[in-house]
Amino acid sequence: MIVNQFLILGAAVFALGVYGVLSRRNAVMVLLSVELMLGAVNLNLVVFDRAFRDELAAGQIFSLFVIAIAAAEVGIGLAIILLIFRNRSSANVDELDLMKL
Amino acid sequence: MLTFLATNANQLILATEELGEINDGGLLASLAWLIPVVPMVAAFAIVFFGRRLPHKGWELAMGAMGFVGLYGILLAFATMNGEITYEGAISMGEFGPIVLEWGWMVDGLSSMMYFVVGVVGSLVFIYAKSYMAGDIRFTWFFASFSLFAGGMLVLVAAPNLIQLIVGWELVGVASYLLIGHYWEDHDNSSAAIKAFLVNKVADVGLFLGVIIIGTTAGTFRFSEILAQVAAGENDLLKKFAFLGGLALFIAAMGKSAQFPLHVWLPDAMAGPTPVSALMHAATMVTAGVYLLGRTFPLYFVEGYAVDVRPIIMIVGALTLFLTGLIALVQTDLKKVLAYSTLSQLGYMVAAMGAGAYTAALFHLFTHAFFKGLLFLAAGSVIHSVHSNEMTDMGGLRKYMPTTYKTFVIGSLALAGIFPLAGFWSKDEILVAFGKASGGAANFALYLGIAGAFITALYMSRAVYLTFFGEFKGHGTPHESPKMITVPLVVLAGFSLVAGLINMPGFSSWFTELTAVRFTVMGDYHPKAINFGMAAAGLSAALLGILIGYVLWSKDAETQAARDKFRIPLLYPLLERKYYIDDLYMDGIVRPLRGPVARAVDWFNGHVIDLFVNGAGALAKFVGKYVYRFDQSGLDSAIIASAAATGAGGSVLRLLQSGRVQQYAVMIFAGTVVLVAGFIIF
Repeated sequence: MIVNQFLILGAAVFALGVYGVLSRRNAVMVLLSVELMLGAVNLNLVVFDRAFRDELAAGQIFSLFVIAIAAAEVGIGLAIILLIFRNRSSANVDELDLMKL
Repeated sequence: MLTFLATNANQLILATEELGEINDGGLLASLAWLIPVVPMVAAFAIVFFGRRLPHKGWELAMGAMGFVGLYGILLAFATMNGEITYEGAISMGEFGPIVLEWGWMVDGLSSMMYFVVGVVGSLVFIYAKSYMAGDIRFTWFFASFSLFAGGMLVLVAAPNLIQLIVGWELVGVASYLLIGHYWEDHDNSSAAIKAFLVNKVADVGLFLGVIIIGTTAGTFRFSEILAQVAAGENDLLKKFAFLGGLALFIAAMGKSAQFPLHVWLPDAMAGPTPVSALMHAATMVTAGVYLLGRTFPLYFVEGYAVDVRPIIMIVGALTLFLTGLIALVQTDLKKVLAYSTLSQLGYMVAAMGAGAYTAALFHLFTHAFFKGLLFLAAGSVIHSVHSNEMTDMGGLRKYMPTTYKTFVIGSLALAGIFPLAGFWSKDEILVAFGKASGGAANFALYLGIAGAFITALYMSRAVYLTFFGEFKGHGTPHESPKMITVPLVVLAGFSLVAGLINMPGFSSWFTELTAVRFTVMGDYHPKAINFGMAAAGLSAALLGILIGYVLWSKDAETQAARDKFRIPLLYPLLERKYYIDDLYMDGIVRPLRGPVARAVDWFNGHVIDLFVNGAGALAKFVGKYVYRFDQSGLDSAIIASAAATGAGGSVLRLLQSGRVQQYAVMIFAGTVVLVAGFIIF
């Protein structure tokens, strides 16, 4: 089975996600980039599961968990972004320095 | 261990001939350590928990005393079946050749004392519950009272001189607490201090005696010291026995209130009446007689402290005569009884001096019952008329029949009327005076018979003034409650029959009992009544009662005037108590007080202040350097650390920008570093 190619693809998608998280200013785009990173991780999990022929299919099950948690996270993340936008009429991450005390 | 002591062929060894088998008493004796421990524990338990109990701590005191009483009775019965000598000891530590021991002793002498303290003590405790009811320091009173009895039991149980000192001082401190119970009145606290200080003077004798005898004998145990005395081998002890014996006798003079150290005892009447009853009957004043009895062979065996005996006899005889006379002029009922106690203690001490070990202890035994009875009855009267003065009494026979009857029984027993307890014991003492040889014994014999007359005289005076004639006080007196009268009746019963246990020709149980010791005592107990001596003593007593009847039975109103009129020369002397108190105050206390105070003041101002000022200057000097070090050394370190913290903070502050993406960069950078680390290593 070809593993390396999948892993390179996963790493590329993950790096893409990291770049998106660090560089995009729009909060929705940041959230989208996080989803990209999760997708890359899922890809890795499934690939390793197949490569090791795990009888319990732990990798696939974990990737299902990750998808479910990602859905919940997106729900909460979008709700927060919506509230921020409503309060500050902007979803720009650069302007959110409230965590600085 | 058993050594037989018989030095004088004339001394009939009757008791030891009839002695049964001597055993160690088994469990009963080995558990006897409980006797002193239980009241002591009770005393402390009352202090801590007494107030929360339903009877305010009385039940603990009563329980402890009842336990001692039962144990005493058990031991008395056990000794009837076989004589017990037992000595238990726990080592508390060794200091060179000296072994410090806590122990307990069960032999005839201590069993007798356990019995007296336990039985009389229990009755007094029952009585005190009712007498002290409503007192503001009720709980505290019973705590000190338990301590008092416990201290006496520690003293009696002591198998060595060191423990004896502990018990001796416990009794002293408890008596101080009890005499000063009503300390709001300055006179009472002065009386407590006086009792304590006079006893302290005598305690110097105790310490000296213990040191002399303990070091010359090389041991503090009574059994070993007295075995050495009986064996007669220790020449060093022989050499110092006179001084040691004299010192111990001075100690006995303090606790047993012998002339001229008797002054504390009448003032000790300031305490509550139950205290007087226990103190005079069973606990404190018997300690001196007990000490003489415990160390008796030292005074008895030729070559030791035999020369102290005439001194003991003369002191005892003077005490019994002179203090008896003072009792004639007292108007305070309790003081009459106090001086009477002094007089009876004189009998006991003089008997010890005459070599009549058993007779002295027998008088101690019977006296405990009738004097306890007289004090409790006097307390019942005082409780009823709210006054100590006999001028406020009179005619109480009608109002308080039980108290009256028991008081009369006690008075007759004290006066030595046949066949009550006092007759037998006093008769035996007079016989002993008659048998002893030497001028001192004759002196004691004549004063002893005169003392019997005086005893009867002052007791009939007290009875007539208190119970006959018309009531002169205020209000209507009433008989006391059951809790007061029942102990009176029980003690009256003892006063009636206690003499029978050592009646010549009938029973020698008491002689046998007190003869059972590690050093067995040989002592004289007459096989038949000595009719001459009995007649002398009895007729003196009857004459006293007769004269008392003539003088005081009628016309009780003009009593005080009559007292003065009847004894014109003696009266001022007696009323001022031979000026002994004045002598002590003006001759010793006042002349010493000023100079001592000035010396203490000078010492305080010049010597102690020198230390205080020096310490201050030193502290100032050290403080200066500490200040400098603080300013230059410590402070700079603190400032530097603060500056370092500030600098670090200003650098680290830059990291916290509040920008989410910057934080994310750090997280990723950290992750990369960690992963790199894992891969490389």
